[in-house]
Amino acid sequence: MELTSEERAILAGERGEAERRALEYQVEVGRFWGAKRFVPVTSVHMMGDIEVMGDGGLGWLKETADRGARCRVATTTNARCVDFVHCERLGQDAGEVAKERELIATLKRMDVVTTDTCINYQTVYQPHLGEHVAWGDTGTVIYANSVFGARSNFESGPAALAAALTGRTPEYGFHLDQHRRGTFSVRLDARLEDLADWGAVGKLVGESHQDYFAVPVFHGFHRAPTADELKHLGAALASYGSMGMFHFVGVTPEAPSSLPAEKMLVGEKEIDSVYAGYSLGDGDGRLVVFSGPQQSLLEMKRLAGLFQGRKVQGSCFVTTNGAVLAQSRDLGYAQTLEQAGVTILQGVCFYILQNLSLMRERNRWTNMVSNSAKIVNIIGAHRFNTILRRTADCVEIACTGKLK
Amino acid sequence: MHRKIEVSQAYGPVVEGEALVSEEGFSPRYDLDRWTGVITKPGHKLEGKSIVDKVCFFPTAKGGIAAGWAFYDIKWKKIAPKAFIFGVTNPVMVQGAIFAGIPITAGWSPQPRGVVKTGDLVRVDPARKTIEVLR
Repeated sequence: MELTSEERAILAGERGEAERRALEYQVEVGRFWGAKRFVPVTSVHMMGDIEVMGDGGLGWLKETADRGARCRVATTTNARCVDFVHCERLGQDAGEVAKERELIATLKRMDVVTTDTCINYQTVYQPHLGEHVAWGDTGTVIYANSVFGARSNFESGPAALAAALTGRTPEYGFHLDQHRRGTFSVRLDARLEDLADWGAVGKLVGESHQDYFAVPVFHGFHRAPTADELKHLGAALASYGSMGMFHFVGVTPEAPSSLPAEKMLVGEKEIDSVYAGYSLGDGDGRLVVFSGPQQSLLEMKRLAGLFQGRKVQGSCFVTTNGAVLAQSRDLGYAQTLEQAGVTILQGVCFYILQNLSLMRERNRWTNMVSNSAKIVNIIGAHRFNTILRRTADCVEIACTGKLK
Repeated sequence: MHRKIEVSQAYGPVVEGEALVSEEGFSPRYDLDRWTGVITKPGHKLEGKSIVDKVCFFPTAKGGIAAGWAFYDIKWKKIAPKAFIFGVTNPVMVQGAIFAGIPITAGWSPQPRGVVKTGDLVRVDPARKTIEVLR
């Protein structure tokens, strides 16, 4: 890689050991991808919690903080694995909860802003066209690249933290024009009235094109999609297809004027086949989850409307961030949901909850029903049978405990 | 017969180990029990198989930012594979493997099918960008 004099100085240790190690690591990653140089970043969003990092990761983080690591650019955190209000009732391990507190304190020592959200793009920071950032969770990256026209690769926790410490990231992948072009087109000839339908599109397109560098170009849709719809589409594309970018003709800023050669069609029949494809297992509908990504304020409003005057039979969880929850309380949505027996978790995502497998066993949960195609995909290692259903159907299942 | 695969991108020291060849992609978050190193996702083509100390061949990488920490975590717990050999991969797998010091390669020619099968002893040489089947 071509390094600037500043970067050579960092590698020589002139800015301390933490930054030297961070840049050395970034050079290795850049080499693997054939990056020619580094690009400065303005915003970092990182994943870091005890469930994903484990004791080894926490130990590494503390050592890094002790070496004087400090963020050079604004750095926020992704959803984590403990809700400190509900952890006891959820049966989360007290020792792990204590470690999570220690981890958060360590991040704060490095000047990380612990927003604990996977919808930073809806609530914290909206980068502009062409802005280089270093983000992770995949859902945040695909939204940044596609909807804002900002530039980020999937940056895992260690890579994002390295970018935070050095203020730069290797220039490869979606930082480069050549990888941002559409590689196949998808005509949307379906109503797509529910958020789950958008996740279903992401599943169909992602599963059949699993490739980080595949960039679908959506076209032909009969109206303008909303931010929440694009969020569910992107989250599912990233989850099923490992994709980091899409275009949407007439909607996203870098959508091409001519379509790529390979063509795919998503119509009503294809969407129906997604819903028909799930095994209902033993028919148990005692666990319904609205999470992955966290709910926006408008999703909270819609759920409050659907749960108004109803009663949850089994367990129903909604996850969101602190900002959305505070506003949902001001507006009364949170109270409506809680009166219906919904548990609102803050700063977490359901699938990364510490102790989830044990929680599943203790509650004898077999199925997990959700309107999020992403969470339906990713919770598998915890041995749930998962079922995607439309939002109103999910509410009905939650209030009857029965899955049809 | 000398059986060899060339890879296009590679990181890490030379390692030898037993091959575990998958026809399905991989995510350490979606598919793996990160306490035992066994693939536990119901229906995964390698369900019930352990990746510990194996040279793992996966055609694709699935989802997930969390692989970055997860690879370090499994290395720390001593249940990491010897190497990850991907057909196509994504940055997270690479960032995670490099962070954990686990050799990783991407892009293969020819495809492993017909060249290497589960149980073969293989040698991964990232500097030379080759994988050889020893027996």
